[in-house]
Amino acid sequence: METKQMKNEDIKQFIVVKFGHEQYGINIQIVQNIVRMPNITRVPNAPAYIKGVINLRGEIIPVMSVRVKFELDEDQFTHATRIIIVKVDGNAIGLIVDEVLEVIQLSEAQIEKIVSDADDEKSKYVYAVGKVGEELVTLLNVGSIIGVEE
Amino acid sequence: MDVSQYLEIFIEEAKEHLQNLNEALLEMEKSDDNKDLVNEIFRVAHTLKGMAATMGFKKMTVLTHDMENVLSEIRNGKINISAELLDVLFQCLDALEQYIDQIIETGTEGDKTNQPIIDRLNLILEGKDAKASQEDEKPSESENSQEPQAEAIQDDQETIKRKHKMLSFNEFEKNAILKAQEESYNVYGITIVISESCVLKSARAFIIFRTLEGLGQIIKSHPSVQDIEDEKFDLDFSVFLISSESQDKFLKELNSIAEVEEVYVDEIHLEGTVQNFEAKEHKAQEGEQEEAQEVKPSKEKADNKGQAPTKPKANRTVRVDIERLDNLMNLVSELIIVKNGLETVENNNQNMNEQIEYLERITTNLHDAVMKVRMVPVERVFNRFPRLVRDLARKLNKNLELHMSGEETELDRTVIDEIGDPLVHLIRNACDHGQEMPAERKNSGKSEIGNVYLDAYQDGNNVVIEVADDGNGIDVEKVKAKALNNGTITRDQADAMSDQDIVELLFKPSFSTADQISDVSGRGVGLDVVKTKIEALGGDIEVKTKLGKGSKFIIRLPLTLAIIQALMVRLEDEKYAIPLNTIQNIEDVKVSDIKYIQNQEVINLRGHVIPIIRLDGLLGIERERTEESMTVVIVNKGDKQAGFVVDGLIGQQEIVIKTLGKYLTNIKLIAGATILGDGEVALILDVNSLV
Repeated sequence: METKQMKNEDIKQFIVVKFGHEQYGINIQIVQNIVRMPNITRVPNAPAYIKGVINLRGEIIPVMSVRVKFELDEDQFTHATRIIIVKVDGNAIGLIVDEVLEVIQLSEAQIEKIVSDADDEKSKYVYAVGKVGEELVTLLNVGSIIGVEE
Repeated sequence: MDVSQYLEIFIEEAKEHLQNLNEALLEMEKSDDNKDLVNEIFRVAHTLKGMAATMGFKKMTVLTHDMENVLSEIRNGKINISAELLDVLFQCLDALEQYIDQIIETGTEGDKTNQPIIDRLNLILEGKDAKASQEDEKPSESENSQEPQAEAIQDDQETIKRKHKMLSFNEFEKNAILKAQEESYNVYGITIVISESCVLKSARAFIIFRTLEGLGQIIKSHPSVQDIEDEKFDLDFSVFLISSESQDKFLKELNSIAEVEEVYVDEIHLEGTVQNFEAKEHKAQEGEQEEAQEVKPSKEKADNKGQAPTKPKANRTVRVDIERLDNLMNLVSELIIVKNGLETVENNNQNMNEQIEYLERITTNLHDAVMKVRMVPVERVFNRFPRLVRDLARKLNKNLELHMSGEETELDRTVIDEIGDPLVHLIRNACDHGQEMPAERKNSGKSEIGNVYLDAYQDGNNVVIEVADDGNGIDVEKVKAKALNNGTITRDQADAMSDQDIVELLFKPSFSTADQISDVSGRGVGLDVVKTKIEALGGDIEVKTKLGKGSKFIIRLPLTLAIIQALMVRLEDEKYAIPLNTIQNIEDVKVSDIKYIQNQEVINLRGHVIPIIRLDGLLGIERERTEESMTVVIVNKGDKQAGFVVDGLIGQQEIVIKTLGKYLTNIKLIAGATILGDGEVALILDVNSLV
C-alpha cells in the first residue's frame, strides 16, 4: 500500500479528526467508512477502551474509544461524534472521534517523522507530524493503537 | 500443456485413490491372500501413476511405477505377501500422501525422492528383472489395441468411427436443425476419439466442449453432457452443432487439442426427414453388430492392463467452493434478519401474518438446504483412524482393535475440518493410557485384544462422537495424588471433590497422568487442548470412567454453526441470547427459596440442587436487587445444570451467529453476537463457560 502511494507523486491523504482541541490525521487508505454514532452494545469483560460492538450492514464491528486508550477524558457523545471504521489486516474496527474535519493532502516533505520513545507506550500511537500551513496535525499510527502493526 | 487448472481435480482424485489404497492395505493385512485386493491396490497405483505423469509429477510417477512393478509380481504369484512387504507398501502410501500434501501447499511435489523406499521395493523385486516383465507387457498391449482396427472391414469401420451417424434425433432437435438449415447455417455431426492414455478424460472433454462452443452452438451430445462430466463414456463421444464455420476449421481446431486421437466431422442435412432416418437407422444396426465385435477385444484389453477406466465411484461427491457456500449462507442470514424485522412491525393485518409465515417457511427451507450442502459425513475424518490404531498397536506392542460406527453421521464442513486433531488425541490416549499391555489384560481376566470404540450418532440438535476403550479406566486416586502434587488443588478441595470433579481435572492445562512420557502421548498437552478446540466449535466434552472397565470420552457438537434457535432474555436494558438447545426449563423462583451451599447460591428444584448464577454480576451490570421473585433459566451442560437469573424473557428467536471479530477473541462468557430485527446487536451467552 505504502509503495503505491509513493508513486502517486509522494502525496498521501489523511482524514483530520479532532480529540478535544488537538487535530489528528488518519491515513485514508485504511479508512473504510465514517458513520454517525449508532447504538453500541456493551461487551462485558472487554478491555475498557472497547466500548462495545455495532452492526454495520450486517457485520459486527467492535468500537474502540481512542480517548480511553490515550488516557484522555471519557467521550462526550455529541451530534458531531463519529465512528471511523478502519480496516487493518482484514479486520475492521471502529474508532470514536469527537469530530471529523476534512481530508488533507500531504507531500513527503510536509511529513516529519518522530522517533518514538521506547519507554512511553503512548508515543507509539503517533508516527509523524504533518504541517499544513501554520497548523500541525499529529499523524496516528492506527495499527499500534488497535494493537496490530500497520 | 498447461495442466495447472486440473491441479485441484488431481488433488481431490488422488486423495480418494490414496484413501482406497489405505483401506485396501488395511484389509489386506487382515486377510492373508486376497486376489481382489491386490488387484485393487494395483489399479490404484496404476491410476495414480498415470495421473501423476499427466500432471508432470515425476517423482510420484517413479514411486508408483516401482510399486506397480512389485504389485504386478504379487498378482502373478511370484512374490508372497509378507508383513515386511506390507510395511513397505504402507511407507509408499505415506510417501505418496506427503507428495500430495506438498502439492497442495506449493503446487510442486518437492525434492524428496524417497529413494530408500524405492530401493526397498527393488530389493523385494530382487532376482526378477523388473524391466523385462514390464516390457513384456507393453508390446502386447499395443498389439491388442491395433488388431481389431486392422481386421475391421474398411467401409463398416468408417461408420463405426463416425458414431454420430448412428444417432437419431428427437422432435425438438430435428426442429432446431431444420431451423438452422433454413437460416443457412451448417449442421455438423462430430465424433471425437480421445487418446487411450488420457487420464482426466472428463477434463479433456470439457476443453473440447469449450472449443466447440466457441465455434458454434451444441444441440446434442452423446453420451449426455452430464455423463461426459461424470466420465461415463469410453474413449469417444459425439456432438451435433450448428455453426457458420467450415468443416476444415473444426478439424483444425479439434486436432490442435492435446490427447485428441481422431476427429470425424460430417455435415448433416435433414429434409424429407423420415426416409433419411430409416436409412440411417439401418446403417446404424449394421454398425452396431460390428461394434459388438469390436467391444469385446477392447474390454479384454482393458482387463489385461488391470485398469477399469470407467468404474463408477461409490461415493458421489459434489465439490463446491466453500466461499460460494458462505455467500449463500450470508444471503440466508440477511433474509432471516429481514424476517425478524418484519416481525417487529406492529400490524394485526391477516395478510401480514400470512406473509411472515410464508417468509418463515422459505427461510427455514433455504436454511436446511444450504446446511445440507455444507454437511459432510464424519467418515471423512474417521477413515484415517484404522491406520492410526494399526500403527499405534505396532509401536506400543499392544493388540488393538478399532470398532467404528455411525460413519455416515453428518456434520458441518467447518466442524469436520477441525474435529480431526482432537479425535486423534483422544484415540491416542485411549490406545496409550487407556489400554493396558496384553499381559496385564490377561491377568485381569480380559481378552488380550484391547478394543477401542469410535461411535458417532445424532442426538437431537447435536452430533455425539464417543471415543471409548475397554482398558483400565482412569484411576481417580492417581489423578487426585497428581493434582495435589503439582498444586492444582489443595487437600481441602480434594476432599470436597466428587470423583467426577477429579476426573475432570484432566482437562486442566498441563495435566498428564502417564507415568512415562512416551512417543505417543503424555506430554501434558492433551486433553486441555482437546477441550479448548471442541468448545471453540461450540461443543463440549465429558468423560465417564470406571476403574478396571475402561473410559469413555463423549463429545457433543452442534449440528449447525451459523443459525440457531435462541431464547432472548433481558438484563436491565441489555438483551442477551441463550441457545435454546441448552435450555431445559424456565422457573419462577422466590428469593426466599434460595439456599446456600459452600457460599454458593442454590435452589432445590423438584429434588435437584441447582446452583444459581447471577448473570448481572458476571456481566458487570450494576444495580440494586429488590425483587422478591426471579426468573431463572435452567440450562444444561452435559450432566451439569445451572440456573441463570434474568430480568425478563423476550421470546424465542432464530438468530444468526456472528463472531465478535479478532479484537475481541478473549471475551469469556460470550459466544458471539447476533443482529436483531431492529438492527441492534445482542450478545450470545456462552453457556459452556458460564456453567
